Amino acid sequence: MSPILADVLQLIALIGALALVHRPLGDYMAAVYSSKRHLRVEKWIYRCVGANPAAEMRWPAYLRAVLAFSAVGVLFLYAMQRLQDKLPMSLGFKPIDPDQAFNTAASFVSNTNWQSYAGESAMGHLTQMTGLAVQNFVSAAVGIAVAVALVRGFARSRTGELGNFWSDLVRGVVRILLPIAFVSAILLVAAGAVQNFAGMHEVHTLSGSAQHLPGGPVASQEAVKELGTNGGGFFNANSSHPYENPNGFSNLLEIFLILLIPFSLTRTFGKMVGSVRQGYAILAAMGAIWLAAVVVVTVSEYAHPGTAAQLAGGAMEGKEQRFGEGSSSLFAVSTTMTSTGAVNSFHDSFTAFGGGVTLLGMMLGEIAPGGVGSGLYGMLVMAVVAVFLSGLMVGRTPEYLGKKIGTRQIKFAACYILVTPALVLGGTALAMALPDGKEAMTNIGAHGFSEVLYAYTSGSNNNGSAFAGFGADTPFFNTTIGLCMLLGRFLPMVFVLALAGSLAEQTPVPATAGTLRTEKPLFTGVLVGCVLIVTGLTFFPALALGPLAEGLS
Amino acid sequence: MNSSVRSTGRLAWAAFRALLVLTLVTGVIYPLAVTGVAQAAFHDKANGSVVKDKGKEVGSSLIGQSWNLPGSDKPDPRFFQGRPSNSGYDPRATGSSQLGASDPTLVKKVRKARASVAAFNGVPVSVVPKDAVTGSSSAIDPHISPAYADIQTARIARENGLSAGAVRKLVDAHTDGRTAGFLGQPHVNVLELNAALRAAARN
Repeated sequence: MSPILADVLQLIALIGALALVHRPLGDYMAAVYSSKRHLRVEKWIYRCVGANPAAEMRWPAYLRAVLAFSAVGVLFLYAMQRLQDKLPMSLGFKPIDPDQAFNTAASFVSNTNWQSYAGESAMGHLTQMTGLAVQNFVSAAVGIAVAVALVRGFARSRTGELGNFWSDLVRGVVRILLPIAFVSAILLVAAGAVQNFAGMHEVHTLSGSAQHLPGGPVASQEAVKELGTNGGGFFNANSSHPYENPNGFSNLLEIFLILLIPFSLTRTFGKMVGSVRQGYAILAAMGAIWLAAVVVVTVSEYAHPGTAAQLAGGAMEGKEQRFGEGSSSLFAVSTTMTSTGAVNSFHDSFTAFGGGVTLLGMMLGEIAPGGVGSGLYGMLVMAVVAVFLSGLMVGRTPEYLGKKIGTRQIKFAACYILVTPALVLGGTALAMALPDGKEAMTNIGAHGFSEVLYAYTSGSNNNGSAFAGFGADTPFFNTTIGLCMLLGRFLPMVFVLALAGSLAEQTPVPATAGTLRTEKPLFTGVLVGCVLIVTGLTFFPALALGPLAEGLS
Repeated sequence: MNSSVRSTGRLAWAAFRALLVLTLVTGVIYPLAVTGVAQAAFHDKANGSVVKDKGKEVGSSLIGQSWNLPGSDKPDPRFFQGRPSNSGYDPRATGSSQLGASDPTLVKKVRKARASVAAFNGVPVSVVPKDAVTGSSSAIDPHISPAYADIQTARIARENGLSAGAVRKLVDAHTDGRTAGFLGQPHVNVLELNAALRAAARN
């Protein structure tokens, strides 16, 4: 079979699997967040927390709970890393330095999973399992909760109430993430991923030297790392490590898990606002951008422009033999178009355009389909902007799903959109102005600049992948990227919840002949255009200095 | 103490308790449950797919190894060689070179690798495949392409006193196609192949 045909079949299998599953899963998630009943284990958790899951929250209360839970998460994770030598199963590793511990805590709580450490040589099993992997669950559940709160803002009227954060958080973990992660983890072990509590295990090789094989609860962390669009690898090589991602099947499963919840949430959205076709319009916009990026990156990697790649006869530097260019490109796009950041090949060694598209995927705001929850609320904010622009064109007050998009709503949407570019461009400019930026580059020239730009883009958009030649473990980068991750996660949430609150208070406007039909392909087109124009205008100059300059030189 | 400070304190306390109980559920019960099932149902895989030779553990079929001469950085001609590795196949330091596709350092590395692979195997540089001259992502890639195995067979046969046909048969037996016929790329497992080669050479 030719490689191209195999890659097309893989793409069809992936899309087919997502198409099959997104409906039942989307409907199930809508039921989970609408149900009035509590499972027994949930009641027990609410008792431990001391929260009343039936108490409705207005947006400020919902936001306070999100921030309190996340702040506690950062402190807890920081403390655990600083004290890891005193905890069991430390494997003899030292405590993590303060700046790196802050960076890592911010990273995992913000669903970024940027890693300035190397897992196999820094983190004990307990820190990974009860610290980092726990945030893989709860930071994902927080993302979905905020998205659901926004959807309720559209669905509800004449109330300011957006639901109960504790109930949304616990249900996301117990009813959605845990069962899927459990089944997937077992499938990963069946493919060859390891799952034990051993440390390094020494063997004597046939060629007469010693090799140290690692152990650890890898599969359980791998499953939720992809499912929750987290991306923090148990090992430094992330999902290219054969113990995390042993073969072609596990690779496809991991890509499927990355895309599963983000795509399915569009169905949940449609269901909860009472028109599944509204969800399909959003899904179509996400799917179109994702598919276009898959094609561009795959073609670029196969064509392998670049002196070194040409000389070698292919762009296989930083790629695994069992995956090759096609499966690596599909993974790379899926991980950067969501907020995952797991990698099965190193993007730094991709061709200029291939690597540039992964960078662009994050700059789009990770909304095609985006992170769990964050992708949906990001795309809905863009939809609000698209509705507003369409309204301006025909000269009437814009409305979306029966809610008026007025000054207040547009202010929140605009603030949301401005947060990440300010952090990305501000952070990159600061690093380049100081000696720190240049010192951190592995590559020279335009590609070196791309490494710095990629780092701040990845952090601020909560992706976590890297042009990993970038030497990120310095106090300057640990601190500034740590702050970018926190601000890039929680500031947008403030605006999303404020927007949700302002929408929920409104009385719906009945649809008339003049209402923009937001469930039609025309609107999907406007939405995609809107996403590209906003991002393009913001980031084009920076992209021109990095991947475009490299690719065209 | 005013009421807003009190309510913030109450909220933080609730958040802390929520984190603890969710840590118990997702950080303790979940990984233990996965480990229990994994160890019972897939014992060998869950413990790292360890390969044994004459009853002794010699590595993992999923983790690539260095096939250099003992205590040297020169490749051992009796063994099939794997891809270039950024860490000398040390699983304690995984990850790639991170060099870009046009990077001058990478150009130099590739040029050198092409020349040395061609000379080592006595083949023209034009037939050296891409995986033989590019570093993997993990630095412990356990596989090579069938093409890279192919250019090594003549040397392997000569050095081990085997016929080229016998070596080729061994390579075929350790070549896997794409998973399920369409996932990933065809690949040859170097450790398993070398273990089989050693057994054949002993007989």
